[in-house]
Amino acid sequence: MTSSKIERAALEPMATLTSEEKEANALHPDLLLVEKVKAGDLSAFEQLMRQYDRQIFRIALHITQNREDAEDIVQDTFFKAFQKVNQFQGNSKFYTWLVRIAVNESLMRLRKRRSQKTVSMDDEIQTEEGSIPRDFADWMPNPEQNYNRAELADILRKTIQGLPPGFRTVFALRDIDGLSTEETAQALGLSVPAVKSRLLRARLQLRERLSRYFRVATGEHAQ
Amino acid sequence: MNCTEFLANLADYFDAKTAATLRSELAQHMDGCNHCHVTVNTTRQIIEIYRNNELYELPDSIRTQLHQAVLTKCAELKDNKKKTKA
Repeated sequence: MTSSKIERAALEPMATLTSEEKEANALHPDLLLVEKVKAGDLSAFEQLMRQYDRQIFRIALHITQNREDAEDIVQDTFFKAFQKVNQFQGNSKFYTWLVRIAVNESLMRLRKRRSQKTVSMDDEIQTEEGSIPRDFADWMPNPEQNYNRAELADILRKTIQGLPPGFRTVFALRDIDGLSTEETAQALGLSVPAVKSRLLRARLQLRERLSRYFRVATGEHAQ
Repeated sequence: MNCTEFLANLADYFDAKTAATLRSELAQHMDGCNHCHVTVNTTRQIIEIYRNNELYELPDSIRTQLHQAVLTKCAELKDNKKKTKA
């Protein structure tokens, strides 16, 4: 989906929740805060910001890979959410709605940085070829223990940054942020099968790339 | 079940969303296929490692600045709306 499509879709009501999900959403504490924000309560809005700013920053940074851009996106996302809060009808979780805005803002920012080149969640997504892993080496039981915190963070960052934006965003939302497959699909304006396919390929690509650091040592681990 | 079919169902397998019969087929395939067994184990490790390590921290000082900037803009917007109504 292109960023403009996501932009249009981001603020549209979503009616994809099941009746059980709608019931759970109706009881979600965010909804009370959102109602207060709709009545003009800035402290309620600040509470929502405190709750979700870190996640929005992380998602923006995963997409743009630029810290300054990600900070701007946090600002723009929350301001846009405040401007458009009356359009939020509770058909999705407030956080999922917020993520849709943040993804759209991030894609627009990427497009600007790439000299107006169109940027979408489909960028650099290749065919199904290569889905089957080539590297079958098993990993050490706790491979992360072989690195100090800074080394490990560097490896993880470099590795995820090497994925195409469409893959790393799905992985970040689904596996790091813990959104469900359906919520990830809603947030990105993708179908559930598309999310599953990208998630699989993101995980397999990460696996191949991380294997050089984490595989069972035959001598010493590769650098 | 072959490896491609196994991988196609991997996301649901991790979500524990697969029906009992399919889950049993997946388990059976994994028992006889070291490649898929390793893929499942290492994928599980990837998810855990990424979840347990915060890669992009947002320092409190920056958070405070961001909150203030957003709230200032929101307050201005609210005031402008009030003025327009009046």
